[in-house]
Amino acid sequence: MSSSNAKATAKTGDGALANLTAWIDERFPLTALWKSQVSEYYAPKNMNFWYYFGSLALVVLVIQILSGLFLTMNYKPSAAEAFGSVEYIMRDVEWGWLIRYIHSTGASAFFIVIYLHMFRALLYGSYQKPRELLWIFGMLIYFALMAEGFFGYLLPWGNMSYWGAQVIVSLFGAIPVIGDSLTEWIRGDFFISDVTLNRFFALHVVALPFALVFLVIAHLMALHEVGSNNPDGVDIKKVKGPDGIPLDGIAFHPYYTVKDLVGLGVFLILFALVVFFAPTMGGYFLEHANFEPANALQTPPHIAPVWYFTPFYAILRAVPSKGLGAALMGIAVVLFVFLPWLDRGKVRSIRYRGPLFKFFLFSFAISFVALGYLGLQPPTPAYTMAARIFTVVYFAYFLLMPWYSSIDKTKPVPTRVTYHAH
Amino acid sequence: MRIDRRKKILACLVALLALPAVSFAAGGEAHVMKANNDIRNQASLQRGARNFVNYCLACHSAKYVRYNRMAADIGLTEQQMIDSLLWSGESPHSTMVNGLHADDAKKWFGVVPPDLSLVARSKGPDYVYTFLKSFYADPARGTGVNNLALPGTAMPHVLWELQGTQEAVWEGETDAQGNVQKQFKEFKLAAPGKLGPEEYDAFVRDIVNFLEYIGEPVQARRQSLGYAVIAFLAFFTLLAYALKKEYWKDVK
Repeated sequence: MSSSNAKATAKTGDGALANLTAWIDERFPLTALWKSQVSEYYAPKNMNFWYYFGSLALVVLVIQILSGLFLTMNYKPSAAEAFGSVEYIMRDVEWGWLIRYIHSTGASAFFIVIYLHMFRALLYGSYQKPRELLWIFGMLIYFALMAEGFFGYLLPWGNMSYWGAQVIVSLFGAIPVIGDSLTEWIRGDFFISDVTLNRFFALHVVALPFALVFLVIAHLMALHEVGSNNPDGVDIKKVKGPDGIPLDGIAFHPYYTVKDLVGLGVFLILFALVVFFAPTMGGYFLEHANFEPANALQTPPHIAPVWYFTPFYAILRAVPSKGLGAALMGIAVVLFVFLPWLDRGKVRSIRYRGPLFKFFLFSFAISFVALGYLGLQPPTPAYTMAARIFTVVYFAYFLLMPWYSSIDKTKPVPTRVTYHAH
Repeated sequence: MRIDRRKKILACLVALLALPAVSFAAGGEAHVMKANNDIRNQASLQRGARNFVNYCLACHSAKYVRYNRMAADIGLTEQQMIDSLLWSGESPHSTMVNGLHADDAKKWFGVVPPDLSLVARSKGPDYVYTFLKSFYADPARGTGVNNLALPGTAMPHVLWELQGTQEAVWEGETDAQGNVQKQFKEFKLAAPGKLGPEEYDAFVRDIVNFLEYIGEPVQARRQSLGYAVIAFLAFFTLLAYALKKEYWKDVK
């Protein structure tokens, strides 16, 4: 940051605040960062409903870190005290119930927002060149989030926490040769115990939040390097005005900050509806069996992971062999990473894709939701058969993509975005 | 056209929110009776607290519940609470524990009676209501009773003198192997108790109501606070929307 720039900033404002800004700018690129990342970051003007979920994910991350901070002040990560300390938070800590419900609702909200954010990328081809790294950072965030959710779910030390963790950790036992030693290494014991709870707590409150914040920064840096995609999949940097600003671009601040504020308001209303009127969401956000303390001798009548893992859990159960099922489940999660190279389409957005792509994408979306539902249900023969069919559809979307995306009849893409002022 | 799409999206979100409630409601079990309790009925909660202290607390603790907070929530003064609920000189801010030792309990019942702080949250109020109404005479059991909601329960029918003796009526069919397949038909009151059937239902309902309250003491306050929060957020969203409209006028 040169001092001439700082002086220019100081001239535009007046008074103590401008002086302070100038003082900082000589020592730290505050104004330069604000301009390059916010007030002079040009985003396409045609971003629609689907583009709310990125900023909302950031909001939920902050909500989770803050509410989590206050929870750790009263939570006790030991097998003997964890369950009681959560009830202590719910009953005796001032506003503890609100902080806990915000955190438990936030966990589910995080996944809802992230799934919609990911689906947006599938709709508009946001993972395509040159956004491959942006997409991969995003997928790493998703993996870190799954780990964060999994470790966090053990902490209340309810019976579903206990048995859910038992089932998921035992999946690593399906890995040949090293499986059994690996599960022992993860648990730090021969079964889920106080030792496991303690290390899951450490991972949940230190390691993964750090990883998440670091990855989110990398995700945003990559986004601001390549620029935001849009519902037309048009590269706005190709058509610039004489001032070098994309003709279809508008400054992120104030245009998208005020627009995202509306999205935030609607999101918070839905969030508050859950927190204040249905914090357990009928047993889907907080499971009924988790209001009983962990009991190594008594399994809950029906063990299912929390809803955000159930699409993959359904895939696991659809395969008769545990080893193969676990492998397929892992592949189902990881396949997203390869989308930029599986997609051979010449256009980005669903608006200009052909019927084949639309068919495969929407049958994928339906099977993802259906698998999520089936993963919550007890496995009856009919449900298992349905899960197998949806698993095939799920994989077809990825594995046949090089074929259907290359032969699909696409429509011509305009050079400018479609936008109707309103 | 844009407004149409927004409406559709909104409808989807609302449907998404309502979905779990609907599917949970559909997942009922046979023989579950509706408790129809109301945690806002303070008189019922007070009776429930009395019934709980008199009939349940000797064996079952509610170790996360603090007496004075509970009393304040259900509308009792500290003196009323001391007079009617604290019988063994506990301090008003102690939790609802009892003197039953785990070793003794195992000797007497075979199991330690579970803590009831959260029973209505984990099993649901309807289950507890059904359980307390589903004891029937069964001479084969050591306690003389069995329970349709939890067959083979170690718990004796503590409320028998209130309810009377209830018998289960079965419909039997003999299958090809000569085994009798019993199917529950109905309960029959063989000997009346101190309370009539409707009085007994009300008595149990009050206990269940109290159990639902102690499962989540903040429930009533949470909901009333919720309306204020939603109202504020709606106002905030309207302001934000007006601000957005104003700024986006420039975007052509």
